Order: sequence, then C-alpha cells, then structure tokens
Amino acid sequence: MTAVATRPVQRRVSTKVTRGLTGVAVLLVLAESVSRFGIVPANILPPVSRVLSDTFGLLVDPEFLGDVGSTLTAWAVGLGMAIIVAVPLGLVLGSFRIAYEASSAVVEFMRPIPSVALIPLAILVFGQGTDMKIALVVYASLWPIFFNTVYGVRDVDPVAKETARTFRLSRIGILARVSLPYAAPLAATGVRISAAIALIVTISAELLAGSASGIGAYILRISSGGGDTSLVFAGTIVAGLIGVVVNLVLVAVERKMFAWKKEGVA
Amino acid sequence: MALTTAVPTASRSRVGSERQAARRQWWGRFALRWVVLAVLITLWQVATVAFPSPFFPQPARIFERAALLWFPGANGMLTPSMQSDVLPSLGRMLLGFSLSVVVAVALGTVIGLSRKVGDYIDPIIQFLRAVPPPALLPIFLVLFGTGDQMRVLLIAFGTAWPILLNTIEGVRSIEELKYETATVFRIGFVGRLTRIVLPGAAPKILAGVRTSLSLALILMVISEMVAASSGIGFSIVQAQRGFGFLDMWAGIVLLGIIGFLLNTVLTLIERRILGWQRSSGRETA
Amino acid sequence: MLNVSHLTHTYGTGAKAHLALKDITFEVQPGELVSIVGPSGCGKTTLLRTMAGLMRPTGGDLTFLGDEITSVPEGLAMVFQDYRGSLFPWLTVAANVKFPLAKLGLSKTDLAERVAESLSAVGLTGFEDRFPSQLSGGMQQRVAIARALAYRPKILLMDEPFASVDAQTREDLEDLVLSVKKKFNMTILFVTHDIDESVYLADRVVVLSKPPTFVVTTLDIPLSDNRDQIETKEDPEFIRLRGEVARLIRHPENDEVASPVADLA
Repeated sequence: MTAVATRPVQRRVSTKVTRGLTGVAVLLVLAESVSRFGIVPANILPPVSRVLSDTFGLLVDPEFLGDVGSTLTAWAVGLGMAIIVAVPLGLVLGSFRIAYEASSAVVEFMRPIPSVALIPLAILVFGQGTDMKIALVVYASLWPIFFNTVYGVRDVDPVAKETARTFRLSRIGILARVSLPYAAPLAATGVRISAAIALIVTISAELLAGSASGIGAYILRISSGGGDTSLVFAGTIVAGLIGVVVNLVLVAVERKMFAWKKEGVA
Repeated sequence: MALTTAVPTASRSRVGSERQAARRQWWGRFALRWVVLAVLITLWQVATVAFPSPFFPQPARIFERAALLWFPGANGMLTPSMQSDVLPSLGRMLLGFSLSVVVAVALGTVIGLSRKVGDYIDPIIQFLRAVPPPALLPIFLVLFGTGDQMRVLLIAFGTAWPILLNTIEGVRSIEELKYETATVFRIGFVGRLTRIVLPGAAPKILAGVRTSLSLALILMVISEMVAASSGIGFSIVQAQRGFGFLDMWAGIVLLGIIGFLLNTVLTLIERRILGWQRSSGRETA
Repeated sequence: MLNVSHLTHTYGTGAKAHLALKDITFEVQPGELVSIVGPSGCGKTTLLRTMAGLMRPTGGDLTFLGDEITSVPEGLAMVFQDYRGSLFPWLTVAANVKFPLAKLGLSKTDLAERVAESLSAVGLTGFEDRFPSQLSGGMQQRVAIARALAYRPKILLMDEPFASVDAQTREDLEDLVLSVKKKFNMTILFVTHDIDESVYLADRVVVLSKPPTFVVTTLDIPLSDNRDQIETKEDPEFIRLRGEVARLIRHPENDEVASPVADLA
C-alpha cells in the first residue's frame, strides 16, 4: 500500500496519459476478443470494431444527425427555461430563510418524483412531440439549479454582507452585488448538473414515449425493429459522447468565468 | 431584570431551557412546512374543482384511490396491488441499489487508494459514466432479456457510477498528513482503512449515495415501463393507456411519497454516520 | 465626534437573557486614535458593532456627529478581523477598493485617483489587478484598509484587524495604521485584545472589564507622536502604561465576579 504510506510523487502528465490509453486499449482488445471468439454471441455483444465503425457511420449520417438536432433542441430550450425560472427563485428563497423552510415539505415530495414517471401525464397534456419533451426537461432541470442557487446564496460569507452594510448598501444592493456573485459559481454547477440530467430526460422521453425524432427515438426504432444490436450500441455511445462534450464545454466556461475562485494563500 | 448579581451556578437549568427553546423553534418550523403543504394541496383541490379536466383529477379523489389501492385492508392484509406491484418494485430497487453500493464503494476505495490503478482506469470510468443510464435500457434488454434479473442489473449498473466516482474522490481527498500521522502511530493497513480512509471519505460517499438513490428510483420506473408485466412504473403506464387517470396519478403520488421516505431514511443514516462533522458552513475566523 | 453614553446591551430575553454590556461611557474626539482593550469575551465586538450601526443596543445613547446612530451612519468605515470573508474574491484588488465608491457618483478620473491614493497609502501600488486569493493575509488586510480609506470616512472602526495575522506582519500593519492616521488626520477606533498593541497605537486607551462589561477607566497615552516598534516599546513610560493597562484588566477596581460567559467578541 505504498500510495498510502509515502509522499505523492510528482507524476508527469505523460505517465498518466500513457497509462490511461493503455487501460482503454486493454479493455477494447478484451471486448473485441470476447465477441470475435464467440464467447458471447455476436448478436448480443457485437465486436468492438464493428460498434466503433458504426458509431463513426452514425456521426456522418444526415438522418441520425437530424435526430441529434431534435434532441438537442428540446434539451436546450428546456434547460434555458429552467434557468430563467430556477435562478431567481433560488435567489429569493435562499435569502429568506423562512420562505425556504416553509416550502421545504412541498419540495421534498415533488423532487423525488422521477420525471420519467410523468411521461404518461406529459403525453396526455402535450402530445407526443417536442413540447412534451421540453416540459419534462424543464421539470427535471429545475431542481438542481434551484437547490444549488439556494446553497450558493446561503453560503455567502456573513462578513461580506456586513462589510457591504457598513458601506451602506441597500438590501437589494447587497443581494445583487454581494449575494449574486457569491452564489454564481454554485448556480453554474447546478446548471451543469441539470444539463446532464436534461439530456438523459430528453432521450428517455423519446425512448419511452415513442417520439418521432430524437436519439432516443432512433434507438427505439432500431432495437424494436429487430435491427442491428451494433447500431443500438453505437447510438448509445453517441449519446454518451454528446454528454461528455457538453460537460467539457460547460466546465471550460465555468473555469473562465470563475477564474478568481482559487484557494486562498495561507 | 437584575443580572448584575452573579448568575446561578445551576447552569444545567440554563442549558435545559436553551434546549427547550430550540426544540420549540424546530417544532414551529416543522409545523410551518406542513401547513404550507396543506395549503397548497387545498389550492390544488380548489383549482381542479373550478377547472375540471380529465387529465387532472381532484387530489381528494387521488388520495382516496391511493388508499384503496395500497393501504392494508380492513382485515389487516396487504392489498393485491401492494403485493404484486409495489413490493416487488421496491424489492428490485433495493436489491440493485445495495449491490451497487457494495461494489462501488469497494472498487472505489481500491481505485482511489492506488494512483497506478487510477491512472489506468480513469478514462474508462469517465466514458462509461457518461452514458445516460436510461439509454442502457435497450442494451440491457438485449443482453439480459426481460425478466427481473435485467431490472436488478440495470439498477445496479446505473446507480454504481455516482457512488463509484464519489468514493474515488472522497478517498483521494484525504490529506497526506493523516496517513503520516498514522505512520507515526504505527497503524497498520486494516486500521488505516477502517479508521482513516472510510470515515474520511464518508461524506463524499454519502453524497454519491444520495444521488444514486434518486437514480435508482428513476431506473426502477423506466425498467418497468418497457416490456414489463408488473411494478409501479408498469401500473402507471397501464393506467394511462387504459384511461385510468386516477390510477396514474395515484402512482405518481406514491412515487413521491416513496422518494420522500427514502430520502428521510438516508438523512437519518447520514446524521448518524456523519455526526462528527461540522455542518457545512464557512470557517469562522 | 462619537459619543457613547451609558450603553447597555442584553442578548436574549427571559431566562436566557445575558447582559453583555452593562454601562459603557466614553467619547472619541476628532483626529485621535482610541483603542479599546479588554479581556476575552468582554463584548468588544458587540460594542463596536453597535457603534457601527450594525446592531441596536438595548439601552443607552449613541451619537455620531450629533446624530443618534440608528443604522450605519454616513462617514463611517469598518475593517473586520476576517479579511478573507470581508474582501470580495471575484473582484480584483482595485475593484475591491472601488466597491464602496460606486454610490458616490464620482467621475472616472476621481475614482481612479482615489484608488491609486489608497493603494499607495497601504503600500500596495502595482497590485491593482491581482485577486485577493493571490495575496497573503497581511496584504489582504491592507486591501481592506485601503478600501475603507478610499471611502474617505470621518471615522474608521477596526475590529481586532490584526489578530489573524502573524506577529511580524502585525507590527508592519500597526505602523501602517499610524501612518494612515497621520497622513489623513483620521479618527480611529481600534479594538484589540493585545495590550501592547493597544498602548502602542493609541492616544487614549479605554479599558473594559469582564462581562457584564463596563469601562474600568480611560488612560491618556502621552507618548511621542513618532512611535517606533523598538524604541517606543523600550521607553519606560510605555512600559509603565502597558503595565497599568494589564493590571487594570486583571484586577479592575470594582471587580464584579460574573460567571464565565460564552465568547461574544
């Protein structure tokens, strides 16, 4: 257990990268051989090479890209609407402890209801199209953004607020010029979490509601049409890739916006 | 109000009255939130009476239906729906969830402790965790068929990632200083594991468990909406297709209650395990 | 300038009531530095917060420039002990210093001038574009002082500002306070638990008792205006004064024995 007992050694980035690539390579080889040597039937677990080539094929398939566009549109619109509602709500409820406490029972009951359980209801009210997807996305995305904003506001250093008071800022002034900047990083994290959830919800809704378009719809089409398992895997992989890309973009944006958030010097 | 004389050394009475005041405050807040909930439900009732819609039945009737479906009957026995849908659903979920907790914490600890292993495996984990769990449903259907086994495995696989990642992060976040202290006191490997690593990583692990809990509920419902013959998710979809909107809503409400109860239990466990931790807050100067 | 008369403050009500300040009376004249010193838990911070208008006392009179203090009065600035909490981490040093000036309606050049002046007064010229997290503790506190100075307050309240800073930095900062006072002819109210510091900096020292707190006495500090960390502290007069303050804190004249109280300072 040397890693536990000794000092951390300065590892160069290249060592980390090589090891990482090795790990991935080993996994791919294993997966490929498991399938090629018939250990698992190819129609259940297709060879990695085929899945990968199918994935690339999808990425340039205009029809599939249309599905991707449909998913991303519903995702973006829903997320945007959720931000517009959740951030101000979080700011207000976070600043007034009583309001937050009062609403907590309601929130604790509504929050665990999985948005997927609302799919049937959403279909009834909104039909099976994009509106339904957006409604579900909004519902699911509200919570992380709202909570993180509340935590952000509550975490504002009281000394900072008192300092603002000694400079005679009004209540609103303090909210806007002290609480909001303090809460912003956490709110942004909430947005990032919600973005991931929103993507999942969109795809699930497409999958379970039998939507006409979207990545989930594509996967449903392929798998229920008795089609190529490899394509099902490929579609899922693309969904994962999109999630990764979105996350990386948001992390980069966050890092830029909150460059000041370094740990203090002793 | 002469407090210029010495305060009585019966400080115990002071502590007691402080506790009383705190308890009274807690009850006040407790009452407040339930009152607000009650008020909102009443408003909901009024709204559905004023603007009737087939898709939005009155909450009073929803609760009535829910009680009919799931509350133990006059003879004290479980209702059929409870037996055939609710309990199996919960059973599957809890089984899958426990499986994932055990595996994820164990694996996460190993990966977190060893830089080497971490380096090799990190990219793989980062990729696998990015796959949206619901999208795994078709794959799992293909791989494992349509039975209970598939559902439990889906829940286990999907819920493992937040716990795994959080465990790794929690284990890695333990300061080197703690291990050096352990060396000074000549504490062996098992001792380190149980007295430094696990308690130190506990807060992060529990945060991951909480996320996974809601994920477990989601996956449970999803897995029952497709190619299923029983379960809460199944009953909701069935209800909607059969125009039994009351049943559909009752199922939704049930999920909310279950989720609430599970979260409460988790909070209690958390409080037990993490009692030593200061509540999250800034460091006082 | 600042008048405190029979100030009392009680926390809580009924059985939980706790008398923090019993009877505080003193005044601060323009241009002087008054230090307030007392044992731990004697309510120094409570006192300062009431004087800043952040808290209303349960009894007594508090006036600033003749007006009763009901909220934070104009012309007052405060430097807190917790500089990390007090500075705004998302703003640069210059932006932090500029923060209180936004409401004053100054022109851009005036603003820049004030910022430059304040930063140079605390010795931080050249650090305008750094973030607080990039500075050491002592430097962060300087920024906080610069920010208070930029506000051009009539009175500066300082709440144990150097308690969280290491000893050597503390000496530099103490000298900084003296230079600022001289340069701007600033009135300063300085709360500390450090007896040496209180005597070194002050024109007058207000000595507080254990809680329920009252003013034990007020000492004039007739030391020269040019104070030096080494020379002044070797001065027999300094040693005598310092000893007297220490004795007053330990054995105040009308020593009322009160039970130990949770630290409020």
